[in-house]
Amino acid sequence: MSKEPLIAARGVWKFFGDFAALREIDLEVAAGTTLALLGRNGAGKTTLLRMLAALSSPSRGSVTVGGWSLRQSSARARLGIIGHGIWVYDDLTAQENLEFFAGLYGIPKPQPQIDRWLESTGLTRVRHSPAREFSRGMRQRLAIARAFFHDPDILLLDEPFTALDDRAAALLSGLVEQAHAGGHTVIISTHQLREALALATDVAVLDRGRLAFRGPNTPELQAPPEDFYRQFTEQNAG
Amino acid sequence: MKSRSEWVLPVLTAAMLVAALYLAFVWAPTEKTMGHVQRIFYFHVPSFFTAVVAFLVGMVAGIRFLMSRDFRFDELAVSSNEIGVIFTSVNLVTGSVWAKPIWGVWWTWDARLTSAFVLWLMYVGYLILRRSVDEPGLRGVVAAVFSIFAFVDVPIVYMSIRWWRTQHPQPVMFSTEGTLDPQMCLVLYFCLLAMLVLYLCLLQIRRRVERLRHETEGLRRLVHSA
Amino acid sequence: MNVLRAAFAIALKDLRVERRNREVINAAFSFALVVLLLFSFTFDPSGEETREMSGGLLWLVFSFAGVLVLNRSFARETSNDCLDALVAAPVPGAAIFLGKALANALLLLVLELACLPVFGIFYNVRWQVNFGWLLVVFVLGTWGFTVIGTVFSALTVNVRLRELMLPLLVFPVTVPALMASVQLTTALFSGQPIAPELLWLRLLVGFDLIFTLLGVALVETLLVG
Repeated sequence: MSKEPLIAARGVWKFFGDFAALREIDLEVAAGTTLALLGRNGAGKTTLLRMLAALSSPSRGSVTVGGWSLRQSSARARLGIIGHGIWVYDDLTAQENLEFFAGLYGIPKPQPQIDRWLESTGLTRVRHSPAREFSRGMRQRLAIARAFFHDPDILLLDEPFTALDDRAAALLSGLVEQAHAGGHTVIISTHQLREALALATDVAVLDRGRLAFRGPNTPELQAPPEDFYRQFTEQNAG
Repeated sequence: MKSRSEWVLPVLTAAMLVAALYLAFVWAPTEKTMGHVQRIFYFHVPSFFTAVVAFLVGMVAGIRFLMSRDFRFDELAVSSNEIGVIFTSVNLVTGSVWAKPIWGVWWTWDARLTSAFVLWLMYVGYLILRRSVDEPGLRGVVAAVFSIFAFVDVPIVYMSIRWWRTQHPQPVMFSTEGTLDPQMCLVLYFCLLAMLVLYLCLLQIRRRVERLRHETEGLRRLVHSA
Repeated sequence: MNVLRAAFAIALKDLRVERRNREVINAAFSFALVVLLLFSFTFDPSGEETREMSGGLLWLVFSFAGVLVLNRSFARETSNDCLDALVAAPVPGAAIFLGKALANALLLLVLELACLPVFGIFYNVRWQVNFGWLLVVFVLGTWGFTVIGTVFSALTVNVRLRELMLPLLVFPVTVPALMASVQLTTALFSGQPIAPELLWLRLLVGFDLIFTLLGVALVETLLVG
C-alpha cells in the first residue's frame, strides 16, 4: 500500500467558534477507492465533505487533491460534487445551466457532452424549458448531470440518496458503479448503511468529529448489527 | 482575582487623566478669541486621534485574524473598534459643544466633523454587522473584511469631504496659519498621551470581557450539541 | 480558466436570469420613480436652486435603487445553494466577484439611463449637453458604488436582516464616490466644462481602482470562509 494518496486530509480541525466540529482528521484516500463516510447525525460528515469540496477551509491542517491545495482551480476541476442543494438555476433552461457550468469548468466545445448527458438523464425533450418548470425528479436528474458532465475523476456525494426519487437514485448508483469501474474515486457520506456498504470498497466512520474507524469494507461490516456505530465509538472512548 | 500587573494601567490612567484635567483647565493659557471654551480642544482633538489609532489596531487585528483564524485577534479587533466608536462619539459630542458658543449652532457640516460622523457611522455599522452573525468564524471573517474596507476608506472620505467643503465654504475651526502656543502644544500632547493610555486600559478590560463572552458562547454550544 | 472570461460568463448568467424573471429591474425602476416623486414635495421643483441640487438628487435616487439591485446579487445564489456551485467550480473567487459586480453595474447603468430622461422632464434639467462626459461619470460612479456594494452583498449574504444591513454598510463607505459623482453631475448639468472638476474625476478613478483591487484580494476569504 505504498500508493500515493489521491486525496489527503492531514491534521484537519474545524472550529465553529470554540466548538470543534472536526478533530485532528487524518484521512488518505487512494485513487480508485469508493469510500463510505459513515457516522451519526452531527458527527461531522458534511463538514468534512464540504472541506474536501473546497467549500470551506480547515481551521488547522491541510487538504490536498493530487498533491494540490483546493485553492488551486485545477484541483477543483477534478471534483464532481452532489451536496444538499441541487445547484442549478431555476430561471435557466437545462441547456443553459449545463452551458454555464461548462464555461466555468473550461470545456471548450461542450455541446456533444451536454447532448449526451441530457440524453442519459432523459431531459432531451425539455432541454429548452427553465428548470423551474421541472418536476422534482427531473430537477434531481439535471443536478446529477450538472455534477458529472465535466467528467470528474473524484466524486463527492453528501447524503445523495436521501431525497432522490427511484429513477434518479437508480441513475446515480449506476453512475457510481460506472465511476468505480472506470478507476475513479468516490466518497459517499450517508447514514443509510446498507446502500453505502453495498457500494463501498473502504469505510470511514466519524464520531463526534473524530475519525473513529478507517479500513477496507469487510464482510463483517457488510452485515451491520443494529448498533453498528457502537463498536467504533466504544473502542474510541476506551 | 486579578493579578497586580493588571492594576498598573488603570492606576496610571487615572493619574494621567487627573493631570490632563489640571493642565487643560488650569495650567494652559486662555485662548484670546474663543476664551475658555477653546479648552475643550484638548479632549476633542486627542479623542479623534485615539479613535483612528483604535481603528487602525482593529484593522490590523482583523487582518491577523484572517491569516491565522486565531480568535484572540478577533477579540482584539472587536474590542479596539468598539472603543474607537466611543472615542469618535466623544469627538463628535465635544465638537458639537464647542460649535455651539463659537458658531451658535450645535452642528456644522465642517469637513472634520463630517468625516468623524462618517467614520462613526461606518464603525457603528461594523458593530451591528457583528451582532447579526451567529457563527463566530463567519462573524470574524465578515467583520475583518468590512473593517479593512472601512479603514482604507477613512483618508479618502476625509480628502473628499475637505475638497467638497472648500467648494462650499464653511466656518473653520482653526486657522491653519497661526501656530499653536508652545504651552498649549505641550498640554495637547500630554492629553493625547493620556487618551492613548486610557485607550490601552479600556482595551485590556474589553478584551477580557470579550474572551469570557467567547468562552461562554463555546460552552453554550457544547451544552446544546451534547 | 482565464479570470476575465469566467467573470464574463458569470455576468452573462446573472443578466440572463434577470432578463427572464425581471426580479430586480422593474421594482428598482418603480422605486426610483417613487423617490423622484417624494423629492418634489421637499422643495419647489421649478425653482432655480433645483439645478444646484440636481446632481445630488439624481445620485440619491440611483443609490437607493442601487441597493435593491445589490441586495439580490448574492441572494440570487442562495436558492438551490448555487453559491456553493460557484465556489466549488474551478474559477477563482475574484472571477465570481468581478462577474457579479459587472452584472450589477450594467443593471444599474440601464436603470440610470432610464431614469435620466424622466428626471429631466420632472425637474426641468438639461442633461443632453455634455452627455458624453455624463456617461463617463455615470460609469465611474456606478462602478465605485457597485464594487463596494458587491463585496458587501457577499458579506451580508449569510447574515440576519440582510436587506437592512446592506444599505447601512454601503452608504457610509461609498460617500467619496457618491460625492464625486454628485459634484461632477451637477457641474455637467449646468453646462460647465469638465476641466475644473478633474480633481473629482481623479478621485473617482482612484476610488474605483483601490476598492476593485481590495475586493479582488479579499473576496476569496469571504466566500470560502
